[in-house]
Amino acid sequence: MQLEIPKKLSAVIEQAHMVATEVFRPISRKYDLAEHTYPVELDMLASLMDGMKEGDGLGGVGAGKLKREKAATRGSSVRNGTNMSTVLGLTELCWGDVGLALTIPRQGLGNSAIAAVANEEQLKRFKGAWAAMAITEPGAGSDSANIRMTAVRDGDHYILNGEKIFITAGERANVVVVWASLDLNVGRAAIKSFVVEKGTPGMNFVRLDHKLGIRASDTATILFNDCRVPKENLLGSPDIDVQQGFGGVMQTFDDTRPVVAAMALGVGRASLERTRELLKERGILGGYERTLFGSTAAEAELYRMEADLEAARLLTLKAAWMADNGIPNSKEASMAKAKAGRVANHVTLRCLQLCASVGATETELLEKWARDSKILDIFEGTQQIQLLIIARRLLNKSSAELR
Amino acid sequence: MSRNPVAASLSMLNRFSGSPLVHRLGLYKPAQLIARTAAREGIKAGVALQRQFKATQKLMRPERLDKVAKPSDLFDLNISEEQQMIRDMAQRFGREVLRPAAIKADHDRITPEGFEGQLAELGLAPFAVPEKLGGTATESSVVTGVLVAEDLSYGDLGLALAGLAPIGVANALVRWGSADQQAKYLPAFTGATPPKSSIAIAEPRPLFDPNELRTRATLDGDGFLLKGEKSLVPLCESADFLLVAASLIGKGPRMFIVEKGTAGVKITKEPALGARAAGLGRVALDDVRLPGHAILGEGVDACDFTELVDLSRIALCALSVGTAQAVLDYVITYCNERKAFGEPISNRQAVAFMIANIGIEVESMRLLTWRAASRADHGLPFHREAYLARVICAEKGMEIGTNGVQLLGGHGYIQDHPVERWYRDLMSASVMEGGLLL
Ligand SMILES: Cc1cc2nc3c(=O)[nH]c(=O)nc-3n(C[C@H](O)[C@H](O)[C@H](O)COP(=O)(O)OP(=O)(O)OC[C@H]3O[C@@H](n4cnc5c(N)ncnc54)[C@H](O)[C@@H]3O)c2cc1C
Repeated sequence: MQLEIPKKLSAVIEQAHMVATEVFRPISRKYDLAEHTYPVELDMLASLMDGMKEGDGLGGVGAGKLKREKAATRGSSVRNGTNMSTVLGLTELCWGDVGLALTIPRQGLGNSAIAAVANEEQLKRFKGAWAAMAITEPGAGSDSANIRMTAVRDGDHYILNGEKIFITAGERANVVVVWASLDLNVGRAAIKSFVVEKGTPGMNFVRLDHKLGIRASDTATILFNDCRVPKENLLGSPDIDVQQGFGGVMQTFDDTRPVVAAMALGVGRASLERTRELLKERGILGGYERTLFGSTAAEAELYRMEADLEAARLLTLKAAWMADNGIPNSKEASMAKAKAGRVANHVTLRCLQLCASVGATETELLEKWARDSKILDIFEGTQQIQLLIIARRLLNKSSAELR
Repeated sequence: MSRNPVAASLSMLNRFSGSPLVHRLGLYKPAQLIARTAAREGIKAGVALQRQFKATQKLMRPERLDKVAKPSDLFDLNISEEQQMIRDMAQRFGREVLRPAAIKADHDRITPEGFEGQLAELGLAPFAVPEKLGGTATESSVVTGVLVAEDLSYGDLGLALAGLAPIGVANALVRWGSADQQAKYLPAFTGATPPKSSIAIAEPRPLFDPNELRTRATLDGDGFLLKGEKSLVPLCESADFLLVAASLIGKGPRMFIVEKGTAGVKITKEPALGARAAGLGRVALDDVRLPGHAILGEGVDACDFTELVDLSRIALCALSVGTAQAVLDYVITYCNERKAFGEPISNRQAVAFMIANIGIEVESMRLLTWRAASRADHGLPFHREAYLARVICAEKGMEIGTNGVQLLGGHGYIQDHPVERWYRDLMSASVMEGGLLL
C-alpha cells in the first residue's frame, strides 16, 4: 500500500498548476464579468496541449484521453495511468478556474464520449474536433433515459428532431455528441449517440444561458429541426439491443465522474488555501497542535474542511486507480463525485463566511469560487443521483426498486 | 516457570497448529504459514516466559524495526500477500470469535474466560516483536496493524481494544524502548500468555488535550515522582504494567513504565459508555516513586510523544473504521429485510440515502487512516494525516453510530441488535486518547 502521488506524475501536476497560476488566475475575474465572451487566451494553451502526447505532462490531462484499462491479470504490476493523471491535472486546473478549465478547446466532455465508443474510422475523422455533449433536454435531466429527441433512419442518414439544453461549450465546440432515441417505445436500449457537426442544416442555436457561476464556460440551447446526419456519425452499434441496452453509454460516466470530482477538489482547495492565508493575518495558524475542541472555532472549521477535502481526494484517487487497473468502479466513482461535490461546495461557502465581507466582495475570488463550486454537485449526475447509484450497489437493488 | 527457550518455542508452535480454534476457524493454512516463519525465526531466538519481567538476555542496543521499503512509488491500494493472509485470519477471528462474545463481554465489562488464550493462538503479538527478542517482526507494520484492528473491531470494538492494547505497548517498546527495557519486557509478549498492559494517556477532564497533561512527573533523586489521574485505561485492573503519560517538569510529556503493585498506584473500575469489554479503568497516581529507568526510552528525550499520540490515534481510527463497517453491513441486511408500508424500507430514498452516506463516510474514514498508516510505515511525516484521520473518524464515527440505530427504529434501541452497542463504542472511541498504538 502506498497512497502518495508517484513522482512520474509530478510533471502533470506542476504544469497544470503553472497553467492555473499563469494563465487562468490572471483572467479569472475578467471572464466571470464578461460572460459569453470567448477567452482567446486559451487558444495558445489548447495548441500547446494538442502537441503533447500522453505522459508528457499536460498531454494526459484532457477528458478526451480517458480510457478504461482491461482488468489486470493477477500478479501483474499496478498502473497509474491516464485516469489518474487526468484527475490530478484537472484538480490543478480547477484550482485555477473551473469555468476556464471547462472551455479549453478540444477538451470537451464529448471528446471523452468519442474516445470511449468511437470506431477507428470515426476516431480518425473526428480527430482534433472540439466535442460538446448534449444529453439534457427541458423534460429530461437526471432521468436521461427519458429523453424525447428522435433519430429516424432515412437512407444514408439519420434525421434528428428535438431540443437540447445546458450544453457546455455548445456554441464554441465544432461538433456536438447528441443523444437521441431510435424508437421512443423501446426505452433506453434505443438511445444512441450521434456526432453532429456545427453548421449542419437543421441544427440551430437558440440561446446562451446566464449563470450563477462558471461564466467563462458557455452553456447553450440547440434546437434540432429535421437535422440530417450521415449514418457513419452514429457512435457504437446502430442496432437496438435490449440486453445490452444503456450500459455502454452509461459506462462513460464511470470514467468522467472522478474527473468532475477532481474539479471539485481543485476549487475547494483554492478556497481553503486562500482562506488560510487570510486568516493568518488574524492569528489563526492551524498547526494541528491542539485537539479539535481545544482549537478556536475558526481553526476547527479549517480542520474539518481539510479532513473532508482529503477524504474526497482519496476517494477520487481510488476511483481513478481502479479505472487505471481495470477494476469496475461504478460505486466508487459515484462515491468520489458525491463526496467531492458536496464537500467542495460546503468548503467554498464556509470559507466565504469565515472571511466575512472580504469573502463576499469581488476584491477576492472567494465569492466566485462559492458560485462556481455549486455546479460540480449538479452536472454529470446530481448529489442525489450519485447517492441512488451508490445505494443501489450497496443494497443490490434495481432502478425499479429504488427510484 | 523457566524453561528451555527452544522447548518453549516448540510448544508455542505446537499449541498454535494443534489448536482446535485454529482448525475450527479454518485458519490451518495461514496458521501453518505463520508457524513456518515462527519456526524459522522464533526458535533460534528462544522465548522466555516469566511474568516477573527479568531480562534473560542482554541487548547491546535496542532493536528497532526497519521502515517499509516502497516496492515502487506508484499509488497502490493493494495490500501484500502476507497482509492478506493475516487479514483473513483476523477477519475470521473477528466474525467467529469476537462477535459472538461481544454481548456478554459488554455486559460483564470484561473479556470472556479464555480470551487471552484464544488471542495468543491467533499469534498476533509475535508480529510486533523483533526477531532477536523472539518475535517475527522485521519491519514497521502500522498498515498491517490498522488492517488487523479494523477486522477485529468489525467483530467487537471493546474486545479488539482488549486484545490489541498489550500489542500496542509492545509496539511502543520496540519503537522507543531502551535495550534494557526491551530485553526485560518484550520476550514475554511472544509467549502463551502475553503480559496484560496498555497505554494510559487520557485524563478525566473536559476538553482534555494530550499536550496539556495534568499528571506530573518530577525528578526525585535518581528517579521520578508521578502524581495525577488517568482515565479510560484498557485492561486496567488486570494489567501487569502500564505505559503512563505524564508531564515531566521542565521537559513536557513523557511515558513511564508503571508496574503492577507499585506503591501509590490505585486502580479502580471506570464504568463507561462503550468499549466496555476492554475492562476500562481509572488509575490514580499518588506520589508514585519510579526508578530512573522507568521512563520510556534511553534517557529522558528518547520517546517522541507526538508520534506516540499520532500512532495511537491511527489505532483508534482503525477501530472506528471496523465498527463503522459493521454498522454498514448490518443495516444493509436489516433494511433490505424489514418491511413497512408494503415494501422493504430500503426501497425508500430517505433510508437508502442514509445507507449510501454511511458507505461513503466509512470509506473516507478508512482511506484517511490508511494514508496516515502507510506514511508512518514509509518513514514519511504523518502528524497532519493522523490528525485529519482523527477528525474524520470522530465526526463520521459519531454520525454512523447514531444513524445505525436510527435505521432500525425502535428495534435499534433494544439490545437484541448490536447497533446500540456500536453507537456506544463509536462514541467512546471518538473521545479516547491512548489505550493502544500501532
Ligand atoms: C452549467 C451547466 C452545464 C451543463 N452541461 C451539460 C452538458 O454539457 N451536457 C448535458 O447533457 N447536460 C449538461 N448539464 C445538465 C445537467 O447534467 C443536468 O442539469 C443535471 O443532470 C440535472 O438535471 P435537471 O437539471 O433536469 O434536474 P432534475 O432532473 O429535474 O432534478 C431536479 C432535482 O431533483 C432531484 N432528483 C431527480 N431525480 C431524482 C431521483 N430519482 N431521486 C432523488 N432525487 C432526484 C435532483 O437531484 C435535483 O436535485 C449542464 C447543466 C448546467 C447547469
